[in-house]
Amino acid sequence: MIDAAAADLLGAGTVDALFPNGISRYAIGGLLVGLGTVLIYLGTGITAGASTFLESTLSYVSGRSRFAQYRASRDWRVVFTLGIIGGAAVYALIYQGDPWSVAGSAWTTEVSPWRLFLGGILVGIGTRVGKGCTSGHGICGVGSVSRTSLVGVATFLVVAIVTANAVSALGVGL
Amino acid sequence: MPLILVGGLVFGFGLGFSHMARPEVVLDFLTFDDFGLLFVMFGGSIVAGIAFWTLPKLRGSAPLTGRPYGRRLKSFDRDVLVGGSIFGVGWGLSGICPGAAYASLGVGNWPILYAIGGMFVGAYAQGVWRSRDAGDAPAAAPGDD
Repeated sequence: MIDAAAADLLGAGTVDALFPNGISRYAIGGLLVGLGTVLIYLGTGITAGASTFLESTLSYVSGRSRFAQYRASRDWRVVFTLGIIGGAAVYALIYQGDPWSVAGSAWTTEVSPWRLFLGGILVGIGTRVGKGCTSGHGICGVGSVSRTSLVGVATFLVVAIVTANAVSALGVGL
Repeated sequence: MPLILVGGLVFGFGLGFSHMARPEVVLDFLTFDDFGLLFVMFGGSIVAGIAFWTLPKLRGSAPLTGRPYGRRLKSFDRDVLVGGSIFGVGWGLSGICPGAAYASLGVGNWPILYAIGGMFVGAYAQGVWRSRDAGDAPAAAPGDD
């Protein structure tokens, strides 16, 4: 329905060029991501971001002040993360591969381990130094019309676009 | 806690459904092959924005915690630009961000453990570095250069 409406509005050729996989999966997924955030906010008043989990979880094993400041929130952050993993697993079971088949549901990336690991290190440093990630700044911060978050999102988006295109132009494989 | 779990489940289901849990899709977005991810970010932030804007007008605080309803506002300084740039390089290289990485584990993508492991290493390194700045860990060697 969403895709048909978009095709009417923009013309089918344009839609295919910009959105080769259609729009509905992204729009519905995005609304659900927002809904998950809202559910938590509704009950608790918390604007939940995903990346603080990295530091709050480290407070279980390290007493350093950077991590210790998150002790009060570390338990619910573990629950939030387990929920994210579980929710994605439910999606995979229903829609990915053979419906309701555990063996047929797993999907694995072609992106190479070194890109994942090195990128992960930079993501770990950057999200914590930069006060937020795609969910904290991108969903909650932009939703709050926070100027800090808008600048944060613009920064990481532009740098990521430059990086991804540079890596691709250099002929580095996935 | 049960509500946090339900919220996380919906959040994770949405990330799976949107395919943002797949690094390839993020990289396709960043290299302008598929702009669909715009709908995930804007769709999510608009839904959140409506709630952040409406609820504080309806009641003062959240029923379960008594926490006042507010917006997510953080102070702006150079760190936002420095951290955002480092995050951007990492995101552009790997195609993965924290929330999507947890969701990616949920869709059975076990190689994402490399990325999650990297995120903990990075978060730990900056935490050690910045705790040292605070002066409470004199023995900490700045080993993150």
